[in-house]
Amino acid sequence: MTNNTTHDSAVGTNVQHLIEIQNIGKDYQEGESTVQAIKEMTFYIDDGEFVSIMGQSGSGKSTMLSILGGLNHPTRGEILLDTLDIYKLSSEQRADLRSEYIGVIFQSFQLIPYLTVLENVKLPMAITGRKAREQDKMARNVLARVGLANKADRLPDQLSGGEQERVAIARAIVNKPPILLADEPTGSLDSKTADEIMDLLKELNSEGQTIIMVTHNPEACKHTSRTIQVKDGSCYEH
Amino acid sequence: MKLHNISFNNLKRRKGKMIFLVLGLFIGIATIVTLLSITESMSRDIEDRLDQFGANIVMVPRSENLTLSYGGITMGGVNYQTVEFDEERIPDIRTIEYSKNLGLVAPKVLGATTVKGKEVLLMGVEFETELQLKNWWQFDGTPPAAANELLIGSQTAATFNLSIGDTLALGSSDFVITSILKPTGASEDGIIIGDLHAFQKILGKEGKVSMVEIAAFCRDCPISELVMQIGEKFPEGKVTALRQAVMAKMQSIEMFKTFSYGIAVLVIFIGSLLVFVTMMGSVNERTREIGIFRAIGFRRGHVMQIILLEAMVVGLIGGILGFVGGNGIAWAALPLVIKNGSFAGLNYNLGGVALLLSVALSLVASLYPAQKASKLDPSEALRAL
Repeated sequence: MTNNTTHDSAVGTNVQHLIEIQNIGKDYQEGESTVQAIKEMTFYIDDGEFVSIMGQSGSGKSTMLSILGGLNHPTRGEILLDTLDIYKLSSEQRADLRSEYIGVIFQSFQLIPYLTVLENVKLPMAITGRKAREQDKMARNVLARVGLANKADRLPDQLSGGEQERVAIARAIVNKPPILLADEPTGSLDSKTADEIMDLLKELNSEGQTIIMVTHNPEACKHTSRTIQVKDGSCYEH
Repeated sequence: MKLHNISFNNLKRRKGKMIFLVLGLFIGIATIVTLLSITESMSRDIEDRLDQFGANIVMVPRSENLTLSYGGITMGGVNYQTVEFDEERIPDIRTIEYSKNLGLVAPKVLGATTVKGKEVLLMGVEFETELQLKNWWQFDGTPPAAANELLIGSQTAATFNLSIGDTLALGSSDFVITSILKPTGASEDGIIIGDLHAFQKILGKEGKVSMVEIAAFCRDCPISELVMQIGEKFPEGKVTALRQAVMAKMQSIEMFKTFSYGIAVLVIFIGSLLVFVTMMGSVNERTREIGIFRAIGFRRGHVMQIILLEAMVVGLIGGILGFVGGNGIAWAALPLVIKNGSFAGLNYNLGGVALLLSVALSLVASLYPAQKASKLDPSEALRAL
């Protein structure tokens, strides 16, 4: 991944990581009281890693993922993506960053109901200026990769949960983003389908895809190379 | 896949919502088109009716003398006119710039002659035109069709004891009386009306015309302009507009127009509120979807484009259907509104305006929801993430 933007934050370590999370904190205002969703977290992700962020619901792990995705401005700290502080960018620049560098697999798939499987997969390419034929080729390739080549023209509600998850994965990787964020990708699937999805993610990782996965399921963590435990808004590494 | 594919697919696959939005615009546009179409037809109907009141421009030879007549009573005997117009120049009236506003042009020759020892006024006319212009005339018998047939005033008939079928010698020719005018209370009661060319000959005024009555309708031009243009063509003539008739005509039409524009503005206001609320609801329902777009990397502008394009398509469809539907309703409702009224026909200018209005309405109503949607915090929109 290349970085053409200059930055003024010095990296605290001698080793250059793909993502550095430094002293991140997030407070929410609830009425008159302030709730600390994330107290303070500092960790890093290296290129090609498959990291799971594990914790109970309400532990702040999903908030962490949305911060990592450039979707949620932290109250404190900074996220350095390839040494670039992403929250120093404008929200439109962060949108461009997401489009180019980050693929997101949402909890409960989040497919667009009125678009076919193929169109859903092509969605991230709608703003890239790729030619229709190229888009079609890339989308069909990635659908074949997740084993859904024959269901390209179905609508999402005509698919099973596992299949919808695969479409969501296909959509997240179609633009070949260096980073893949997955929010509870197996959360709403039965154990057999969940294993299949984890195998698919592992396969992608073995091809060099950096994956950061949020889960509350310790079973899912077994597939990852590293687990960051989140508890009460703080993190501990295993 | 382009942004417009997202808009089109949304409209295509969420037909219910689209139908509802289109319906909102359809009702608004159709009401406006119906109202304006009916008003247009009503205006025409009123104009037609007012045109039936006869001539509203009169051209007589310019004279230095003041007329010595008022309300049909002439002081100082018959006024012999010495100046006349050349008949062959009368068609020049139709060469004026606003010639399309000219209705009937009725030239006539006037002169006195002696019948049975009494002086009587002869009026030579082109019957076909004259009878259209004076369509309030009622008479016994059949209107003259040949050059030797006459229409006489009721007073003339009584004075000379004439009845239908009688022959009357005028000059060296014999004429047959085919019809007698019922009393009108105007000058016609005491005159003899015959063919223009036959009377020109009797009066020794071949190729001459004493006066011209003109029926003009002036939907979109000032009548004074018409008078001026005719005056320029005939410097030897004195052209006068009968203002009262014209003003009444214009006023009635203006009143209808103001009324329908008022209603149209009201309908536009209600229509835009309806579209605004529907669009707002539709965008709110799509909050999560907009969150997905933003999370995938869509810029605010991209989200706006999707929503505004949808609004434009809805506006176009609503506008076209509204125009067609509005004209259909006007066509169907017109006989109920105006007795014997006829549909004025499709007004394509109104169509263009309706289409533009519909699209503009839809866009304006969607602008705020679209802007609101594009500003949504993606994480807020998705919540789950």
